[in-house]
Amino acid sequence: MQLTLEFGGGLELLCDSVKVHDVKVDGGDEKKMSMKNLLHWVRTNLIKERPEMFMKGDTVRPGILVLVNDCDWELSGQLETVLEDKDVIVFISTLHGG
Amino acid sequence: MASSDGAVDDASRIRREIEALKNERSDIDRQISDLETQLRGLQSKTEVVHNDGLAAHGLSPDLIYRHSRHLMLPSFGVQGQSKLSKSSVLVVGAGGLGSPALLYLAACGLGKIGIVDHDVVELNNLHRQVIHSEEYIGSPKVESAAAACLKINSTVLITKHQEALRTTNALDIVSKYDIVIDATDNAPSRYLINDCCVVLGKPLVSGAAIGMEGQLTVYNYKGGPCYRCLFPLPPPTTACQRCSDSGVLGVVPGIIGCLQALEAIKIASSVGEPLSGRMLLLDSLSTKIRIVKIRGRSSQCEVCGENSFFTPQHFKGFDYEKFTQTPLSVAPVKLSLLTPDFRITAKEYKQRIVQGEAHVLVDVRPEHHFKIVSLPNALNIPLTMIEQRVGDISSALKEKQPNSSGSSPHLYVVCRRGNDSQRAVQLLHKLGFVAARDIIGGIESWAREVDPKFPTY
Ligand SMILES: [Zn+2]
Repeated sequence: MQLTLEFGGGLELLCDSVKVHDVKVDGGDEKKMSMKNLLHWVRTNLIKERPEMFMKGDTVRPGILVLVNDCDWELSGQLETVLEDKDVIVFISTLHGG
Repeated sequence: MASSDGAVDDASRIRREIEALKNERSDIDRQISDLETQLRGLQSKTEVVHNDGLAAHGLSPDLIYRHSRHLMLPSFGVQGQSKLSKSSVLVVGAGGLGSPALLYLAACGLGKIGIVDHDVVELNNLHRQVIHSEEYIGSPKVESAAAACLKINSTVLITKHQEALRTTNALDIVSKYDIVIDATDNAPSRYLINDCCVVLGKPLVSGAAIGMEGQLTVYNYKGGPCYRCLFPLPPPTTACQRCSDSGVLGVVPGIIGCLQALEAIKIASSVGEPLSGRMLLLDSLSTKIRIVKIRGRSSQCEVCGENSFFTPQHFKGFDYEKFTQTPLSVAPVKLSLLTPDFRITAKEYKQRIVQGEAHVLVDVRPEHHFKIVSLPNALNIPLTMIEQRVGDISSALKEKQPNSSGSSPHLYVVCRRGNDSQRAVQLLHKLGFVAARDIIGGIESWAREVDPKFPTY
């Protein structure tokens, strides 16, 4: 399955300062993948440092907004969101500066 | 010698004269502002008399001419302008976001603008805080911002709140306005302002910018989500960057600040669709603007949810600094992780250089900071790289080893302000460099105590 993963708001620093990653992930037997599995895939394959700045427990740490196809993942089932081929997933840290 | 003494005398005389003139100027500014207030009072009285002959919108001939380009906009028109003139906006923070927001709000014809800021103008603000100018360096930001707004539009009523927003004053200040713009730069202020707006039922136009990125949304607007619906728990403190620590391209908060003014104007005039339930994400490096759909009001939200009982009393008793583990004031944190035996002052370090003591100085700032300015002969190993580059430290120490069986060379660590250097020393102790010490207060204290010409940033 082909996915585009984007990191912003400083989260890109955790993956060698690369913001956009076009990746192929294997959802196992089924052709689909849940956000829960994707998070673990990202943590294992993309996060190069300070994983605690990305995840806390089974989900993203507080202060990170997750968007699936430009839509808050709260609206699609959060960890249970089922991803499809060519989906775009954005992880963005909330900013406080000004 | 004599001529350089003369130059020093001249310089201090000129400085004194500048100081005296600045004082005179601020006296005159105050007198002008008092007179303008009086004049506005008189004008509004006379306007009431003239209004009898005008249309029901109540805009005076001067205001009609000033805002004619608004009035000619079919989607805005007299109705929008009239609503605007009866509306009030509070801008919290007269910094990178607040600067352009305030300029446009002052120009657009709002009835009343409030400015909250406790800070003074500094030279390193001016690249992005475009409302301030060199002549106001050292003056309160609210004074500088109010003066700039009145220069554009002397008819707008400006209230200066020269203080930080806190639980003790926020309800009182915010209740005097219709709309709030969050243009602050830290997590506790963002939660505090959100909660205060929820308690008082005020729409909140929230913007943020750092580095090359910006974010914008409207909270607590007509049943839409609040900041806590999105972020019920505060992020870890290490994830909160401030412009003073991380850098920001000046125009980025400028863009977000302009958009904040736009959203406030739309809400005040009831024109268009405010950015509620949606969020704008700006990535200026790739010139990408995304507008994403965000969740609605959360029924579980602790302040705005169905079952929440967050009252003004709760607000007053809430400890925002404890909740976010971050101080409200902008003053940088001063850690104290090491015992005094493992710390030396910048002055002591200078003495050791003069005495020719064999030593290695490790500067643990990020490389792009090191490139701005560094101490002589410093070895740059960023804090995050220390473990990987232990070998470099060992070989640097070996190089400094005196040929005789003298004492081994010392190891000193420096950073910008003296916090990371302590973290680095703790790490170095664990890695076997048991005598490593840090320079208290970093290169900033070097600039203060040893070499006033040393650049700071
Ligand atoms: Zn809420």
